Amino acid sequence: MKRYVSLWLPFAVTDKMILLQPELRETPFVLAEQARGRMMIWHASPEAVHKGIRIGMAVADARAILPDLEVLPYLPGFTEQLLTELALWCLRFTPVAGIDPPDGLLLDMSGCAHLWGGEAAYREDILKQLKQLGYRVRAAIADTIGAAWGMARFGAEPGIVVRGGQLEALLPLPPAALRLEPLLLDKMRKLGLRHTGSFIRLPRTVLRRRFGQVLLNRIDQALGQAIELPTPVQPPVLFREQLPCLEPICTATGITIALEALLERLCRQLLKEGQGLRKALLKCYRLDGDIQQIVIGTNRPVRDKAHLFKLFEQKISTIRPALGIELFLLEAPVTAPLSVQQETLWAVPGDSDGNTALAQLLDRIAGRVGNDAIRRYLPAEHYWPERSVKVAVTLDEQAKTPWRCDRPRPVYLLPRPERIEVSVPLPDYPPLFFLHKGQRHNISKADGPERIEQEWWLEERPVRDYYMVEDDQGARYWLFRSGRYEEEDKQPEWFLHGFFA
Amino acid sequence: MNQDIVKRERIQALQQEILSMQGYRPSQEAVPLDTGLGPVLRAFPNHTFPTAAIHEFLSLDAMQGAATTGFISSLLGTLMRKGPCLWISPQPVIFPAALSLFGLPPDQVIFTRVSRSKDLLWVMEEALKCASLAAVVGEVRDLGFTPSRRLQLAVEESRVTGFLHRPGCRAPGPTACVSRWQVSSLPGLTEEGLPGVGFPQWQVTLSRIRNGRPGSWQIGWSDGRFRVKAGQPASRTQTITLATA
Repeated sequence: MKRYVSLWLPFAVTDKMILLQPELRETPFVLAEQARGRMMIWHASPEAVHKGIRIGMAVADARAILPDLEVLPYLPGFTEQLLTELALWCLRFTPVAGIDPPDGLLLDMSGCAHLWGGEAAYREDILKQLKQLGYRVRAAIADTIGAAWGMARFGAEPGIVVRGGQLEALLPLPPAALRLEPLLLDKMRKLGLRHTGSFIRLPRTVLRRRFGQVLLNRIDQALGQAIELPTPVQPPVLFREQLPCLEPICTATGITIALEALLERLCRQLLKEGQGLRKALLKCYRLDGDIQQIVIGTNRPVRDKAHLFKLFEQKISTIRPALGIELFLLEAPVTAPLSVQQETLWAVPGDSDGNTALAQLLDRIAGRVGNDAIRRYLPAEHYWPERSVKVAVTLDEQAKTPWRCDRPRPVYLLPRPERIEVSVPLPDYPPLFFLHKGQRHNISKADGPERIEQEWWLEERPVRDYYMVEDDQGARYWLFRSGRYEEEDKQPEWFLHGFFA
Repeated sequence: MNQDIVKRERIQALQQEILSMQGYRPSQEAVPLDTGLGPVLRAFPNHTFPTAAIHEFLSLDAMQGAATTGFISSLLGTLMRKGPCLWISPQPVIFPAALSLFGLPPDQVIFTRVSRSKDLLWVMEEALKCASLAAVVGEVRDLGFTPSRRLQLAVEESRVTGFLHRPGCRAPGPTACVSRWQVSSLPGLTEEGLPGVGFPQWQVTLSRIRNGRPGSWQIGWSDGRFRVKAGQPASRTQTITLATA
């Protein structure tokens, strides 16, 4: 059974402005934007509203009522930005928080309230904390989003609708509590429908004929007969642990202690679910509303506290606590199954391949220089040298075919063959000498040719005739001629592709 | 006469003590690892190839670099019976398929590409502390004394063998590595009267070895083992010319 909290912050924007510019606290002010050739008021401070200023008024009219009215420019998109910020802040109460423009937030609190000792205490805590931040707020809890919305804006205290009690709660509320369009509300007012109770029980056909399908949809949503889901600002994460701090933390030692406590809890949670962590995120909510985060990844599922701590430890110094951190959140967005047997297998000290210690080392290296830097190679069944090895996907992947040792291969293979000038006495003979980077190498001994053809179904390129040659200094090279001696006027090109030991 | 024997025994015991203080602890295994180097072993203290130490290899160009890589690989072939190896280099030029010719399983080698030398040394130090690795190879041109000392201290704890390949290094300064090698190619080993390039052969010069005797050898590699040809101890002057070359 779902439970939702709807938060109504009627003065969210002006409250924020007061936080940013404390000198505005006592003065009535409005935020206005140029629209249709005049300044329209979009947000008014409580002081201004008290003096009779309404949203949607022109600034000129408002000035007539209140000559010393302060007018500030309104930046488009500010409301959404502010609400998103607040919704992210609210993630400490529930994993699913969404915005409800123009002036509300929506939290899915299913299964969260018992952590606060009941719904009343939960609601109180939200209200208290938001008020401490400096926002005027009302909240209501109900089974449906619609009912919670209506109760938050029009209902009486304490704003908690008992399970299944949406209909009774909505009866005394005005029709506006159903989230209806102004036009429709106007129509209802003219018909004398002042309370929801005076029409909500009428036959559906009658309501549809009079007011259209919109009203029926809204009623269904409020009563829970139609499904409505909140859109979270962030997809919820299955494995997450949080640690609120009594005092703001601004030292590395403090962060370390918090991280250790969180890892302990997260690992216990992972153990219960038989999961191991592949990626983890530590988010630090700062006092000034900013969020600092560090991310780690692992090569294989891990739930070893000490190892995870080491990975995070490298990055703790990148966190900027500024005034202090008030909340730590540890999330594991990517996990993979890890059975207890697997874990104990790896943890045996001195196990034959020592993979645990090795995997932990690779995780640390990957944390510093990136995961792409680490490669293991397996043989691939191709003759073309560039394709004869492939990158292993995991640490445990075994070679399916043995490595071939029957042909000479150079220990250094140039990533891209380099052009050389050669002197060849006869076609299909190794060169007498070659010029590479302006240096002449006289060839004294040679093996070859070894013809390697490209797989035509992968790529069409000329064949290569490889020669292993040795110069008079004793250095050994791998040269190839690209293409055959076929056309009279066009000579095939020669390349240096590697160095032998 | 009797006193002489007592004296000699005493001196030998003292020498062992000095060796152990300098980081040469006798290996825990009953049978020391047979690297197959034969006569070369006489250059080392205790006549065994020093594992749990850092070996430094200098090379000037790509040809010497390839020869050095080949020699290191053939040493790794023996060492890697104990476990995998981490190969850290700034550029991915090593062709894994060729390493199997030197008797080491290429899929047991973990290649790490690190371009900044500061990061490279960090990775190498971390890897050398990991006892489940058999060996670590690092390719870095510039190395100060302090970082080399850190690497040496790391291996004394974990007993991992470290190889430090310094390609293009013309002026090697003092380092804390136990040895300094230089490997260059020699004409390949061939059967008499047969054409072709033959098996790889190198001129291996051990220009510095702590508590050992420097030397220079012609070492070939065929049928999965070393073929040591001629050994002449490097004279003092040779050592100096190499160091300043």
